[in-house]
Amino acid sequence: MTSFIQTSPARTLSNAVRDHHIAAEAPFSTVIKKGQVVRIEDSYGQQAVDTLFYNADDFSERYSSQDTMREQGAAYISTGTKVISNEGRVMLTVTADSCGRHDTSAGACSCESNTVRFGHYTKYLHACRDNFVIEVSKHGMSKRDVVPNINFFMNVPIEPSGEMTIVDGISAPGDYVELTAEMDVLLVISNCPQINNPCNGFDPTPIRVLVWDGEAA
Amino acid sequence: MMHIRRSPEEIAANRARYEEHQKKGLDFAPKALPGKSGKPAPALAAEQIVHQEKLPGGWYWWTRVKANEVLRIALDEGFSTVSVVAWNAADPSERMNLPDTVKVQWTTGLGKGRVIFSDMGKVMFSISEDSCGAHDVLMGGSTASSNARKYAGANGPALRNTRDNLVLVATKAGLDKRDIPAALALFAPVRVDAEGKFQWKPELVSDGDYVDLRAEMDMIVGFSNCPHPLDPNPVYAPNPVIITRIAAAEPAVDDLCRTATAEAVRGFENNAFAAQ
Repeated sequence: MTSFIQTSPARTLSNAVRDHHIAAEAPFSTVIKKGQVVRIEDSYGQQAVDTLFYNADDFSERYSSQDTMREQGAAYISTGTKVISNEGRVMLTVTADSCGRHDTSAGACSCESNTVRFGHYTKYLHACRDNFVIEVSKHGMSKRDVVPNINFFMNVPIEPSGEMTIVDGISAPGDYVELTAEMDVLLVISNCPQINNPCNGFDPTPIRVLVWDGEAA
Repeated sequence: MMHIRRSPEEIAANRARYEEHQKKGLDFAPKALPGKSGKPAPALAAEQIVHQEKLPGGWYWWTRVKANEVLRIALDEGFSTVSVVAWNAADPSERMNLPDTVKVQWTTGLGKGRVIFSDMGKVMFSISEDSCGAHDVLMGGSTASSNARKYAGANGPALRNTRDNLVLVATKAGLDKRDIPAALALFAPVRVDAEGKFQWKPELVSDGDYVDLRAEMDMIVGFSNCPHPLDPNPVYAPNPVIITRIAAAEPAVDDLCRTATAEAVRGFENNAFAAQ
């Protein structure tokens, strides 16, 4: 785990309004207010952070991978990407990214898809979809509300032929992505527990989530 | 913070296993697939046709299908793009999942021999015939705002869009907009270039192309016939699409879609177990 990296003179560790350390494999959620900046930090490197966003005032409006890819005309997420909802509105904007490669095509691992991908014997392994269901259920939602997500720091190149495979992540310890909220959003994270593919080097690690108020943005 | 790292031996073993799956998925599985179906589509006897729908450009349609029935979607009246969504009829909380579909089959390219998965690790559709192989799993359909940008100056309300169509499909099927999954766009020749940018390759689709989707469970299936957001045609002019619901027939034991890949075999094992 690395020490704090300052991305703006206004943003310091001491003026962060929240500083969450999220254990390897764990779920997490918090509300990010409009104007706040959230940093998701890959503290140890090569950890996939499966992430969903919901409009904090109306959970039926939520992250849409297809709308996000369509609006930017590209398959990967990086600085400048507008995170778009199913209502076509901008939820957040990616304002900093020290990694440069994030996926939103491959979705979240699940016990059920693991049986198909890796064999039935992998069914009883902790999985992101279970994390998401546990976490959104705290907010009155269910599996119906778990939609295709962003995988921060996950490296999933798509070839012109269509070939698509999860390969080793390129994120180093301390790499981060920062997003500015354009509406009040519920952030939901599964700190990916998958140990059957290289999305986290087969070795899930803790991450950190920091939030700053608008004036420190 | 507490964190127990896995041992190098454990990591090496998991990596070796992944690379074996990857090699099978990338190198061997595509070779087992036959390529595109020939044109024209095989003729159907009258008694095979349960229902035929001519879906006008800009409109939506939904239907229920039984396991082993086939939905043939055909461009007999010219080019169009057709978005598809599906729910398990017995439990609509189970629905089409495109990220799982592409991830478990190691490709965003769907064509004859591939299958489409639900979020519960089961197969919803087998792509039993496909003359085209150019479909989009990533970008989904049009919206009111994407239409407004693309067809500036045109009459807004006349420009029906896939997002609104799928809200109508979902609600008329007793569901709501929370239930709308990411949509598969058939006859949408989208490719991803080295920088991750989407490209439209019109040469990959032609008139008379068709796709046969065999239902692998009882389902609610929704369609929207609207131009794809990347379709460069500046005129909003989707052609009608012919959708035929074909009577069920039991697939052969060596059925291509059920046997072509290790992933499909395990998916169908999940279907069989759930049906018991």
